[in-house]
Amino acid sequence: MAKLTFKSDNCKGCGLCVSVCPKGVLRLANDKINKRGHHPVEAAYPDQCVGCASCAMMCPDCIIKVER
Amino acid sequence: MIVFDKPHALIDVPLHYCPGCTHGIVHRLVAEVMDELGIEGKTIGIAPVGCSVMAYDYFNCDMIEAAHGRAPAVATGVKRADPTKVVFTYQGDGDLASIGMAETVHAAARNENITVIFINNAIYGMTGGQMAPTSLIGQVTQTSPYGRDPKLCGYPIKVCEMLRELDGPEYLERVTVNSVAHVRAAKKAIKKAFQNQLDGKGFSLVEVLSSCPTNWGMTPQNALKWIDEKMIPVYPLGVYKDRSATQEGGNK
Repeated sequence: MAKLTFKSDNCKGCGLCVSVCPKGVLRLANDKINKRGHHPVEAAYPDQCVGCASCAMMCPDCIIKVER
Repeated sequence: MIVFDKPHALIDVPLHYCPGCTHGIVHRLVAEVMDELGIEGKTIGIAPVGCSVMAYDYFNCDMIEAAHGRAPAVATGVKRADPTKVVFTYQGDGDLASIGMAETVHAAARNENITVIFINNAIYGMTGGQMAPTSLIGQVTQTSPYGRDPKLCGYPIKVCEMLRELDGPEYLERVTVNSVAHVRAAKKAIKKAFQNQLDGKGFSLVEVLSSCPTNWGMTPQNALKWIDEKMIPVYPLGVYKDRSATQEGGNK
């Protein structure tokens, strides 16, 4: 199973990762606010992740680490 | 096994760019290429004026801040002073295609052995969304509120097409970063541009169609779609010049 790690404090909540995930794993955490004032990304369904790293490829702020 | 992590050549600090701005993706691609070619220690980057003016805070190599548009001239000096260094400039369209056009054209004509990363987002980002030389016909900006009118403001400048006509430049390619497939292709182009310099081939320019969600007034997702729908028809992707490939092809 793939493992996703987020540097949530650097997330700007742009949602590009959410839009490119082929498995719909990610979502913006509407109940959380990081120290920059954004809703950071979180893995809603981590067990669905296949580790394709599409999210990390599109993340402008390079906050996602993908392990498989 | 780590599939993806932040490259070493990108300093681990938050970027100042707006949410969804694809500058960050291109920064990462340049850093990944530096890592893969093992040139981090001997690379000197030239930062422009524009949104990416603070690129010197993000790359883990020596950086110089050039006067507005003069990055290719500064890069020329650095490369000629120490040809063992790898020298790249990172410029936006307001920097490279407007005030710095003369430096760009002449560096290309002289076939200086440098790498130019050119970010084209069709607008002046840092100053608040004014019309750029690369703005599309009909594009609404702060200084063209009814859309760019070619009778008043002329037509968009297509840098790759223009430089292609010169005998000087070695390699010109236009890419974009609005999807995962395009990001991979962009990385390949940037890597080739750096490899050309290591091989002593000469001036390599990679134009990256980039998004500006803030000044285009769109969500980051819609901005990426706008690149597909509006920008690519005006600025077609592809290799505009690859002199050594053409020569090899001609010799066969």
